[in-house]
Amino acid sequence: MKKSRVAAVNSKPAPKPNPRWGREEETEIFAKKVRLFRQGKISDDDFRRFRLQHGAYGSRLRMDYSMVRIKVPGGEITPEQLEKIASLSEAFSIGSAHVSTRQNIQLHWVQLEDVSEVMRGLVEVGLTTREACGNTVRNVMCSHFAGVCPSEAFDATPYAKAIARFLLRNPMCQNLPRKFKINFSCCDSHGLVRVADIGLVPTVKKLSSSTTTTTTENSGETIRGFKIYLGGGLGAASFIGHLLEDFTSEDRLLATCMATIRLFDRHGNRENMARNRMRYLVHEMGWERFQKMVLKERSTVEMTTSHSTEQLFDVKSHEDTRQLPKASGRMTTMTKLPMLNVKVTKDSPGFERWLHTNAVAQKQEGYFTAFITLGAGDITASQLRILASAIRDYSAEGVARNTPQQNFALRYVRETNLPNLYEKLASAGLANPGALTIASAVGCSGTTSCNLAITNSHRLAKEVQRKFLELGLDIDDSLRDATIKISGCPNSCGQHEIATIGFFGGATRVNNTMTPTYTMLFGGSAGEAGELGRAVMRVPAKRVIDTTLKIIELYKNERAAAATADGGGVGGEDDHHETLHQWIIRLIKGQGSGSIKNLEDMKAALAQVIQLPSSPQQDPDAYRDYGSDSHFTAKTARGECAA
Amino acid sequence: MRSLTTTTTSAAATAANARKKKEAKVSDEDFQLPIVCDADTLRSLIRRKKSVRVVDVRKAEDYQREHIPTAVSLPLARVLENDQPERIVAFLEELGISDSTPVVVYDDTFGALAARVAWTFQYVGHDNTALLEMTFKQWKEIGLETEKQQRTFPRARHSLSIKKDISVDASYVEAAAKSKLSTLLVDSRERLNYLTEHIPGARNIPYTMVGSEDSILRKAEELKRLIENRGITNDAEIITYCGSVGTLSGLTYYALKLAGFKNVKLYPKSFKEWKALGKPKEEFKDATYWDLSAE
Repeated sequence: MKKSRVAAVNSKPAPKPNPRWGREEETEIFAKKVRLFRQGKISDDDFRRFRLQHGAYGSRLRMDYSMVRIKVPGGEITPEQLEKIASLSEAFSIGSAHVSTRQNIQLHWVQLEDVSEVMRGLVEVGLTTREACGNTVRNVMCSHFAGVCPSEAFDATPYAKAIARFLLRNPMCQNLPRKFKINFSCCDSHGLVRVADIGLVPTVKKLSSSTTTTTTENSGETIRGFKIYLGGGLGAASFIGHLLEDFTSEDRLLATCMATIRLFDRHGNRENMARNRMRYLVHEMGWERFQKMVLKERSTVEMTTSHSTEQLFDVKSHEDTRQLPKASGRMTTMTKLPMLNVKVTKDSPGFERWLHTNAVAQKQEGYFTAFITLGAGDITASQLRILASAIRDYSAEGVARNTPQQNFALRYVRETNLPNLYEKLASAGLANPGALTIASAVGCSGTTSCNLAITNSHRLAKEVQRKFLELGLDIDDSLRDATIKISGCPNSCGQHEIATIGFFGGATRVNNTMTPTYTMLFGGSAGEAGELGRAVMRVPAKRVIDTTLKIIELYKNERAAAATADGGGVGGEDDHHETLHQWIIRLIKGQGSGSIKNLEDMKAALAQVIQLPSSPQQDPDAYRDYGSDSHFTAKTARGECAA
Repeated sequence: MRSLTTTTTSAAATAANARKKKEAKVSDEDFQLPIVCDADTLRSLIRRKKSVRVVDVRKAEDYQREHIPTAVSLPLARVLENDQPERIVAFLEELGISDSTPVVVYDDTFGALAARVAWTFQYVGHDNTALLEMTFKQWKEIGLETEKQQRTFPRARHSLSIKKDISVDASYVEAAAKSKLSTLLVDSRERLNYLTEHIPGARNIPYTMVGSEDSILRKAEELKRLIENRGITNDAEIITYCGSVGTLSGLTYYALKLAGFKNVKLYPKSFKEWKALGKPKEEFKDATYWDLSAE
């Protein structure tokens, strides 16, 4: 045992081979289409459809620029890919890249004529933008803990990549009624399985003698499979996915996905753009009926799909066969943070504070996953290069994963290397603490580049993070499991509905002045037991930070002692209290105690803090949005998701 | 180890250069440099102790620390402070550059400073000027020789023959911008600066786009493709400008030349002067794109 670990340390596994998601001929076709479009030989609609299918989204009120969305299947990205993205962002974008909430990496404000050049560079390192936008299967997500999570049944990554490979460029997904999202988790708590069209939780089942579904029947043996959730999704109207059946064995995964996509393709709404995601179909049809149809369709798929087509779903080819450190099997749940037993304070050395909030023990003994905290997912070209170098130096698997929290996870870092890793990241401004805490606020791109955005959610998320880190809220363990997520419109790219405290942007007349505001939601959560947040009240953009701080203050005054021993963090006085997230859930149920018993009490307690000065002339800035020095107007243009 | 023999000229120019290289063996004085000079060519010219003049445009103290063998020092700041044709010719003479001396210019700022100086030399009539394909840092990184010795050369005679067709002023730009059809304005600044404000009608080819990881300029055919993607044709009159003194746009000037564009001009006083003169600007205020930068 010991020997094998030493061997794995000394001989670094070979770098991952080029995954070849991209194709060079597509870059040339794209360049040609742009020329034809500019010459007026292709209609706007035809070109838009083509452009989106190839991963280029129109930029805010300037259709001559694109947001190029790079798919990162399962979130797994190599150092070479990060370096290439760095160069491309310098040459053709704004010198920074952006990590999205669905494990894509986006380059913004790329001139339409340069998109083919960006694609060309991506192909060199095996990446693609194909089907990153448009009415097709978008990037297949996989929990960034898959493979290292102590609670997982098995590593879902190869399945995620195999289904992504099978569906990419597959004729069955080229003209769906609307976009289609597939998310894999590692366990019941990590991952976004209830808010996807198809969400999959890896699970195993013991084979008993009565089980006759597989030919490898053997008592005491287990078979792999998934708990599959269908019809969930976030948006202007969100739904939580339904469990298809208790257990779907791995050999039925492909047929289940194909059946679901085929049903959506046949029955999905192609008329009403606002209601054509699959979740509306499920909702309108009723779950029981949809469920029956999926099961029936699956039988048809299984009867009519040839063996050679099935072979194209090749999980084996996506397995990591390199010698990586093995799990000891001793760890069965993820160690509660913090990993340090000392009480960390705001004045603790930077490394301790970082360790406290940014590192998690893996199931592989002696190895840690370290998180790189970004501001709303933004990272400069030079930081990307440092990150690439850090992966080569310190990750035994030689890749990183990007996370739906808009950060990067660097996995398989030896405990002894954590200080060196920290130093390296700190040298590039990449060692901010707070990655796994309330301080790591999520923000979609908002008015920085999106046609649909009403407010600058992106900047607001950065401001929340800055303020929270300044106040040291990252080290407060009672706030650790709470999240803040912000969208610039109701469409939920910022995933505000699965946040403890979520916000989506709008425009409201306040004191006769058009003002950027956010609708605040309480009590959303991710994971297999995920729930959607409940709208509480509207808050002017410039009052969002004060309002969240006020909520934390109220919580501190009102919180109860923890009901269970493991309710809070480890170490420190916060042990004995329920967490902010738990408190908010209790309020939603109207079960609060003290002066704040329910959401109505909360609204009343916040009434003061959301007030703006009665005359906009008195404090014009309070009526403006972040990043703007002029009067607020809500300007939007046509969204392209559904084009 | 990177190749030192990168093709740095357009296909058409390559043949001509090969011919000229042969001629060079006869007389270095007549050797016509390509737009971008590769390290091998420069080193062989230096080794044969012929009259190539290497001009280092970095700060004087950087030059004093070390420089490419036989290089003389002419910091960009001195050129900008004395940006009049007669004074530039005086510099050339002072550095021992005669009308026929091949000149190779280098810097440590991705080629932009070298480009501005090279353009200035060509503007006053010293056509035989090239940019070194790499920066001094890259020269060092691949282990090429340097020296500390401060070089001076006997004073030379140089004529003044202003090349009017490569330089334009604000009024020319304004007239060209109004005509729109035949002339193309190229803003060389980075994307976010360009989006914020630019000369009306200008298109953006950021300086960051024209270089590659190991060379100050991409290969000719690559540049050609990038520019042709934008629908810009070979016969267009193109004016480049940037933020203040024509360095970034100097580099774009040479990128366009390398891509085979014949009619390229520099507006050396650039957007700084344009704004100071209160000329019209195009602005884009409907998006908060600066907040996307992680800087």
